Amino acid sequence: MTPKQRRNLIRIVTAAALLIGLNFVDVGGVGKILLYLVPYAVVGYDIVLKAIHGLKNRRPLDESLLMTIATVGAFALAIHDGGDCNEAVAVMLFYQIGEWFQSYAVGRSRKNIAALMDIRPDYANIESDDGLEQVDPDDVEIGSVIVVQPGEKIPIDGVVVEGSSALNTVALTGESLPREVGVDSEVVSGCINLNGVIKIRTTKDFGESTASKILELVEDASSRKSKSEDFIARFARIYTPAVVICAATLAIVPALIVGDWGTWIYRALIFLVISCPCALVISIPLSFFAGIGGASRDGILIKGSNFLETLANVTTVVMDKTGTLTRGSFEVDAVHSKHLDFDEEKLLHLAAHVERYSTHPIANSLRKAYPNERDDCTVSDVEEIAGRGIKATVNGQIVCVGNEKFMDDIGAEWKSCYKVGTVIHVAVDGLYAGHIVISDTVKKNSAAAVRELNASGANVVMLTGDSEQIAANVAGELGIADYRSELLPADKVTEFERILATSKGTTAFVGDGINDAPVLSRADVGIAMGALGSDAAIEAADVVLMDDDPLKISRAIKISRRCLAIVKQNIFFAIGVKILCLILGAGGLANMWAAIFADVGVMILAVLNAIRCLVAPK
Amino acid sequence: MKKTYKIDVDCANCANLMETEAKKTAGVKDAVVNFMTLKMKVEFDNGVDAKEVMGRVRDNCKRVEKDCEIFL
Repeated sequence: MTPKQRRNLIRIVTAAALLIGLNFVDVGGVGKILLYLVPYAVVGYDIVLKAIHGLKNRRPLDESLLMTIATVGAFALAIHDGGDCNEAVAVMLFYQIGEWFQSYAVGRSRKNIAALMDIRPDYANIESDDGLEQVDPDDVEIGSVIVVQPGEKIPIDGVVVEGSSALNTVALTGESLPREVGVDSEVVSGCINLNGVIKIRTTKDFGESTASKILELVEDASSRKSKSEDFIARFARIYTPAVVICAATLAIVPALIVGDWGTWIYRALIFLVISCPCALVISIPLSFFAGIGGASRDGILIKGSNFLETLANVTTVVMDKTGTLTRGSFEVDAVHSKHLDFDEEKLLHLAAHVERYSTHPIANSLRKAYPNERDDCTVSDVEEIAGRGIKATVNGQIVCVGNEKFMDDIGAEWKSCYKVGTVIHVAVDGLYAGHIVISDTVKKNSAAAVRELNASGANVVMLTGDSEQIAANVAGELGIADYRSELLPADKVTEFERILATSKGTTAFVGDGINDAPVLSRADVGIAMGALGSDAAIEAADVVLMDDDPLKISRAIKISRRCLAIVKQNIFFAIGVKILCLILGAGGLANMWAAIFADVGVMILAVLNAIRCLVAPK
Repeated sequence: MKKTYKIDVDCANCANLMETEAKKTAGVKDAVVNFMTLKMKVEFDNGVDAKEVMGRVRDNCKRVEKDCEIFL
């Protein structure tokens, strides 16, 4: 609670106590009115002052003025008819309770979201002569070495130069598994160092570092307004004057015809109390803000409430293959032994030995598949034959590892493989031993992601630059019916535009931000994944997935749909209750208390509903 | 030139009013008020004194919304 909120709460409680007390005091006439003015002044003096201030600056029709007219009018009626002053004070009291509640709820959700996005580092440690010195991260120059101790946040992006540790990236990616880093690992700001002391050479300024970028992105998100927000802003502009005109008409016209001014003015005052559009004006932006905040906890950054809205209406999801559905790195997919003396383990073992000194990506993936390569086997006479493969002597046997041509050259009878990918053949002493298939493997969640997207009613299309055969294989494995293969980077844009033209509804594009920035910006909503540390992707995309889990795509859609549903509930609920109360009020069926509910009650309910957006659906 | 200022304001509608007033102020090219983060982002015209312009932005905002504050 801020000091201002505490002060207002005290005012509200005091006024409420005074008001209740006054009902037990038996004073008549003018004295009674004067007594009732005390709690009124306590709770409403600032509103009345604001109303006068607004009038002076020729800004009539603000809610302070409406409340002032309504309450002063109620007092006047009470004096005139010798009636009850409770209503006049109560209207002001409840209006203030509503304002207080709104301010408290907004403050709370602000704090919640700030806690979610608690990645802003406060300081950086620099080594100096007398130990560690804490400095403002803004003052650290590129290339400086900073020290990060266990429990601290990494303040600036950089490369580890000393030490190793595990990093908690949950605030950035939503991924709870810690990430291991050692010398030469790239690290991004916002991660929390869990166990070891590490020294980092910075590669960026603080302002350009991931944590700062992400915070800026989320904070700017609500400045791009969605259609619903625009609608409410327009609605509020028309609605308030319209209700005031209705109120004026209601006060004068029927009274001129049938008389009974007191009744009609009372009904007009009810109109004024109902007229405040606060429930909508506050709850709609709050829903979007909370929705964006809730999504960011899952590692889904949405750059504006307009994109949240578009995302909710997505009907076609176009996905890049490499790096999005597949890992984008080559891995051993299968090992097939074709000789009884060499089982699969042994085949991989030999191939890894032969490739020991090669830097080719294929060699890397072979060594990765057989991590204990450096055993006591002897490897000698390594010879690389360009366009063929590598030949080496392992434990006295001549091992050839390479493509079909290499096998033909040495006269080994090779067998083709039914698997799609790069096939590496292995021959020992001229005899064919078997082959190893290396391919870009699909991510573990890709198939589930496609299923989820289809289930949510979205049509999935895959684009790839790879050959038809590889594309068909991956599409088949993932259950994607529609795919386009053999596309050059430029073709991707034309192909995407063709899809845009034929698909109804909105189209999203998902890529990894490498080579597909033009398509990302062309899409109704561009989603970049695995963006941790990639500035290009953060710039080009409308929605950024911090890690590379494809399941997050359907999750993002789910979150935005729920947020939009809550926005719609609030719009219909608030406008509905207000219109109902207006009609009842005009007909004399609703009293001032119903009007107060239509104003304050609806607002409180709408704000509570909006806060549900903070909690992402399971 | 762009600058971000911390602000204090009570309601979303008042924040919108501040935004409109800030935009109308001479020397301001564009202004965005973010009620949720309580920040005002102002883009100034070329060659103006940001401090002086912000003084006027603050006066204009205070005229429409008595309780608001911009921390310069």
